[in-house]
Amino acid sequence: MSEEKVQGCVGSAAGPVGQRLVTGVEQVSEAREEMKMHAMVGKEAPDFEASAFHEGGFSNIKLSDYRGKWVFLCFYPGDFTFV
Amino acid sequence: MSAVADKAAEFNKLGVQVLSCSTDSRFVHKIWQEQELSKMVDGGFPFPMLSDAGGKIGAVYGVYDEGAGVDVRGRFIIDPDGIVQAIEMLTPPVGRKVAESIRQLQAFQHVRKTKGAEVCPAGWEPGSPTLKVGPELAGKVWEVWKPTE
Repeated sequence: MSEEKVQGCVGSAAGPVGQRLVTGVEQVSEAREEMKMHAMVGKEAPDFEASAFHEGGFSNIKLSDYRGKWVFLCFYPGDFTFV
Repeated sequence: MSAVADKAAEFNKLGVQVLSCSTDSRFVHKIWQEQELSKMVDGGFPFPMLSDAGGKIGAVYGVYDEGAGVDVRGRFIIDPDGIVQAIEMLTPPVGRKVAESIRQLQAFQHVRKTKGAEVCPAGWEPGSPTLKVGPELAGKVWEVWKPTE
């Protein structure tokens, strides 16, 4: 499920998958198109990779790793907030 | 998130993978888990806590508030094919009702099990009647289902 590797002070994760570094004019419009991709009911969930804390360790997690399972994805404003 | 952790057994029973996500770093997640969540719920939050530093993932999911620099409360039910089946979005001051999320998960799982032949009317709970989709039901829902039931 998750990729184990040496985790330093700064972990990098790909974030939304499909977005590329913009190096040329053509790619600017392509990147903008991709940024428009929003999650919608009935549509495929945008894939992403994120660094995570789980079971006492750090790892990178990709949404598509869970294909074949139901996923309950919860965003929230921040750790230590009140609600 | 402690409310989600409190229902961990129910999510596991339904075979649902829970993922939480905020703009906090994984280090903050660790300390939150140790200092607070584990004191609210036995075992704390047992699922992966994702870091969306910079809000790029939240932006794609339509939950990133650029002004505040945080992901607002957005909840997505994603089926085994990777299709988003349900979205709920709240501004920060009001929390979710996790039991309602579990009810929706059970309803979507039921519909999937019947390959869409049965649908779950408003307020459906596991065990209550579903509707069998077909032309013969058109105009006759009142015979088999009422909103007060």
